[in-house]
Amino acid sequence: MTEQDDIEPLIRQMADELRARLEAARVRDALMVGIHTGGLWVAQRLHGLLGLEQPLGELDISFYRDDFSRIGMNPQVRPSRLPVSVDERHIILVDDILHTGRTIRAAMNELFDYGRPAAITLAVLGERSGRELPIQADVVGRHFDLGEHEHVKLSGPEPLRLSIVEAP
Amino acid sequence: MRRHSLQHDGEGRLRHLLTTEGLKRQQIVDILDTAESFISVSDQQVRKVPLLRGKTVVNLFFEASTRTLTTFELAAKRLSADVLKINIDTSATVKGESLLDMLHNLEAMQCDMFVVRHADSGAAHLIAQHVAPHVSVINAGDGSHAHPTQALLDMFTIRRRKGEFAPLTVAIVGDIKHSRVARSQIHALTTLGVSELRVVAPKTLLPADVETLGVHVFHDLDEGLRDADVVIMLRLQKERMQGAMLPSEGEYFRTYGLTEERLEAARPDAIVMHPGPINRGVEIASSVADGPQSVILEQVSNGIAVRMAVMSMVLGRAPAEGEGA
Repeated sequence: MTEQDDIEPLIRQMADELRARLEAARVRDALMVGIHTGGLWVAQRLHGLLGLEQPLGELDISFYRDDFSRIGMNPQVRPSRLPVSVDERHIILVDDILHTGRTIRAAMNELFDYGRPAAITLAVLGERSGRELPIQADVVGRHFDLGEHEHVKLSGPEPLRLSIVEAP
Repeated sequence: MRRHSLQHDGEGRLRHLLTTEGLKRQQIVDILDTAESFISVSDQQVRKVPLLRGKTVVNLFFEASTRTLTTFELAAKRLSADVLKINIDTSATVKGESLLDMLHNLEAMQCDMFVVRHADSGAAHLIAQHVAPHVSVINAGDGSHAHPTQALLDMFTIRRRKGEFAPLTVAIVGDIKHSRVARSQIHALTTLGVSELRVVAPKTLLPADVETLGVHVFHDLDEGLRDADVVIMLRLQKERMQGAMLPSEGEYFRTYGLTEERLEAARPDAIVMHPGPINRGVEIASSVADGPQSVILEQVSNGIAVRMAVMSMVLGRAPAEGEGA
């Protein structure tokens, strides 16, 4: 197991990239939405750094998972909270690790049940190989080259720590 | 014992919901927490989640009901299930087909859940004993026995309004004897552990063994309401009464009816609940039912989220060992 202790520079670099993107696209009044639980931790940091006007939204995608009939109901589901309408708004969707893409698929489906966003930008702290859906991130903190049985894990919320673990 | 264990699968998860009796505290809390997440679904533009897509829920209502049937139907639809309502009066049971034959036919049509309301106590249990392994049963009220989803939505409403259960004094007032709602509430409230649980009723409207359920009995309304945090009024089940249990409705209202004046005995921030339908001027005055302390309509909206939680938890169990998928 290896650890990356210094997450903060990654997050600052992500914030800079996001700021540049939002300015280039002349986005106003963007809504940042973090995916429970790790994505929300990252989003809280980014939201503070960017000084966004709208409060942070949170999404629990349990009701939109594609493996509900296989693994059943998540007993620890938390309410999704979107503080303002997503209609015609630019959404910055934040997750911790982009792997298969299934979580992002579920999150986008849920967002669209709240309305029709103008655009969605995806920001992830880490990405790795293993995509099963045609989904890619716009802003990436760090890319991980992993072996077949390795996984990246984010622990937190204080301190945030990325570690590479050997899957059992 | 068998009745209670019937609703759990081999791994202790809810397979059916038949009664609140025997539910573990954590299980009730999990249902309330899950319901909390379903509340936000009604903020969505598309008030639906895809959890039970492709599942079929059958409402079997052998007894008339508007609110319960409607909220079960809405709950199933918001979970994206397909919903059938079998109108028992016009269905084959009157043509001599037995109940179990009808159930097996519905199972052959790949139905996944039966929501059952019946005038006889034990009807949902009977059905749960005979359904195929992949089918779940939810009791939507059986005789004077149990109405678990009503009790759970009441717990949900109390928790949203009052927070913790431990410090609360709860008074259940009225026709305890005929009330499946009261019985289910008593089991849920004692499991959740309120400070004091009171029942307030004339002797004729109390079941004989009521003290064994862990409640304090009051025959005087003013005493029973004193410093209560939650006042639950029950509907006078006129249709279930035989013989002279009551002098008259007017007399009942004078003795046990909740008016604004009598509510003053409770805490100033007490909430007033009623499972509906209300008999205005019999067990509760309109000014209280429609007044600022009433949460009666909140109970109705909360009923949708709580029923969504129960349905998705029961149907969303990963298949257990030795159980058909």
